[in-house]
Amino acid sequence: MVSTKHTLVSMVADRPGVLNRMASLFRRRGFNIESIAVGHSELPGISRMTIVVAGTAAMVEQVRKQVEKLVDVIKVSDVTGEGTITRELALIKVRATSANRSEIMQTVDIFRANIVDVSADSVTVEVTGDEQKITSLYRLLRGFGIKEIARTGVIAMTRGNVSSSLTEEKPARAKSDK
Amino acid sequence: MRMTGAEIICESLVKEGVEVIFGILGGAILPLYDTIPRYPKLRHVLVGHEQGAAHAAEGYARATGKVGVCMATSGPGATNLVTGLADAYLDSVPVVAITGQVTRALIGKDAFQEIDITGITLPVTKHNYLALEASSLAMTVKEAFYLARTGRPGPVLIDLPKDVQINQAEFKYPERVSLPGYKPTLQGHAAQIKKAANLIKESRRPVLIAGRGIIISGAYDELKRLAEKAQIPVITTLLGVSCFPESHALSYGWLGMHGMAYANLAVSDADLVVAIGMRFDDRATGRVSGFAPQARIIHIDIDPAEIGKNVRVDIPIVGDARVVLQALNKLVTTSKHADWLKQLDSWRKEHPSITIRDCEELLPQFVINKIHEVTGGEATIVTGVGQHQMWAAQHYWFDRPNSLITSGGLGTMGFELPAAMGAKIGCPDETVWCIAGDGGFQMTIQELGTIAREQVAVKIAIMNNGYLGMVRQWQDLFYEKRYFATPLNCPDFVKIAEAYGVPGMTVKSKQEVVPAIKKAMSEPGPFLINFMVKPEENVYPMIPPGAALSEIIEEPSKEVRSWSARNIP
Ligand SMILES: Cc1ncc(C[n+]2csc(CCOP(=O)(O)OP(=O)(O)O)c2C)c(N)n1
Ligand SMILES: [Mg+2]
Repeated sequence: MVSTKHTLVSMVADRPGVLNRMASLFRRRGFNIESIAVGHSELPGISRMTIVVAGTAAMVEQVRKQVEKLVDVIKVSDVTGEGTITRELALIKVRATSANRSEIMQTVDIFRANIVDVSADSVTVEVTGDEQKITSLYRLLRGFGIKEIARTGVIAMTRGNVSSSLTEEKPARAKSDK
Repeated sequence: MRMTGAEIICESLVKEGVEVIFGILGGAILPLYDTIPRYPKLRHVLVGHEQGAAHAAEGYARATGKVGVCMATSGPGATNLVTGLADAYLDSVPVVAITGQVTRALIGKDAFQEIDITGITLPVTKHNYLALEASSLAMTVKEAFYLARTGRPGPVLIDLPKDVQINQAEFKYPERVSLPGYKPTLQGHAAQIKKAANLIKESRRPVLIAGRGIIISGAYDELKRLAEKAQIPVITTLLGVSCFPESHALSYGWLGMHGMAYANLAVSDADLVVAIGMRFDDRATGRVSGFAPQARIIHIDIDPAEIGKNVRVDIPIVGDARVVLQALNKLVTTSKHADWLKQLDSWRKEHPSITIRDCEELLPQFVINKIHEVTGGEATIVTGVGQHQMWAAQHYWFDRPNSLITSGGLGTMGFELPAAMGAKIGCPDETVWCIAGDGGFQMTIQELGTIAREQVAVKIAIMNNGYLGMVRQWQDLFYEKRYFATPLNCPDFVKIAEAYGVPGMTVKSKQEVVPAIKKAMSEPGPFLINFMVKPEENVYPMIPPGAALSEIIEEPSKEVRSWSARNIP
């Protein structure tokens, strides 16, 4: 069985320690998290996490079920595949001289990236896109010399009507028990 | 009504029907302890060590099916609970642990006896809480008990800073919990159940493998109905022992490393395995690639993450064992499987597995057998971990529901005495025998003091073989008998027991066994028997580590020794 990258989207209760619980579980079950991005969701009190891990489909399904068992985790979906938009933002600080600055700018333009800061010996590029786009730009800019790079980690959303969110399972309407 | 955090905890425990708390106090939990005496419904049992508190809570929970409660102070008190919580986690035992914590302002400052117990217990609890507001304590307790006992049960810990115990808040016990991330599936998927019924109908060599899930969900009758209706032999896991009467015509023992040969052969030859409330532990499956190689597998479990974790499953059914079996039984058609049962009977004849040799020496198997005889099979048996555990599971005959209490997943030596104490406190009318190892017994021996003070009438049988016997057996079989660090120099257990206030006696010969057991039974309180059993007896049958169930070895033989230590995973 082949190991591939999987993107998991998880809706979690905004409680202290929830990130720790997640990370601990991935570590314990032998998974390396490639990237993790956390932020608010459209629902109050609920955060949305996007986690990228590598593994076979069966292994990832196993870890998905383990994560779903966490009480603070409301839903986890494996959104890997065609129907998903994935985006990441990167800031790349590139060595620049007056001689090559315009060449850098041309490269940045081709990628529809932006230059957000310029100094005597560097420019800082902001790029958004899927992982491949960012990696490609990074490879090209490497020729000029890279001083620093920061990446946010991937966030993901399924296209169209399919949702990873809790549209059918809003907490307010969730089953409760005596 | 306004109350202190400590009062809110006590009120909530009473609301949850808690009868007994096992624990040891300390500075960080003193406000709570100062409040407990005002709640006479809450009996507090002071134990000798917090590990004992956790195992006692487990013993109580395993025997009664109710949530067991233990308490400890911050720091070392809390860390001492960890082994018991891990044990409860792996065997799905409902336990709520409450620990004291330093005052909120000191958290994160490495204060005296501050330890991050929620961090430490994260991987060994079903859930845990650091309670930061007195106003949310009632809900926290409510959720903790709800989580501990529902779905796949497990331990839940509440860490309680000292000032939160003192602070005041309005108390109103919540009617319900709202946990959007926690919705155990009880009902099995109807279409899957139908497929399962069809597969059962088509099968010619089916077996049922029943685990502790049957006991937890109380599916005894449903399991029996399924077995009888479709004439399917029932094999249990170690933790499933006593979920099906062993004298039933369809009972074929338990499987795994020291299970009965005929049970392991049956699973290996089956064309259908119906696994219910069990999780394919490696001690039960043997080498996974060689597990039930010809069988299709139906797996019924309440925990979706257990399905497909260790073995490939053809028909997964997530749900409560009892609920699923009720639905399944309606669809299953009556069948006979006469040839298959005949085959199993002949295997049982050829490989009886649990015969006791006739010899002068005092064999541990013989002792267990006599305990069964004298108690008429009416006792609850609580064991430690090691050879004596296997012999107890093999040679006591378990006909009564939930009559074996043993540490399966974690395999915790020292479980026996405190767990037996908790079981007896939970079921005072029950005869409770603690079958102890001479090694494990010394790991929680301090609970003799608790048993004496509280007059907990457990009967203790130490299988004194002078060794960490199970490990010595591995040294014997796989390490050319290099008995390094396994011989024990045990104290005189009878003198120790007497010093604690528990009467006892030592037994050295076969003739003394039955009178001693009778003497123990006639004592109104606790009693200890130190059985000086044959030191170098090995447990058989045995599946060598890394071997398949079909490669079971029935008797001591050369084959086992040829298994090199390198094969041991
Ligand atoms: C706390 C703990 N430490 C170590 C072990 C490893 N271990 C498994 S069985 C065993 C020997 C148990 O000796 P004893 O209690 O005398 O029982 P016996 O096997 O002799 O019946 C040991 C050391 C364990 N299971 N638990
Ligand atoms: Mg021993």
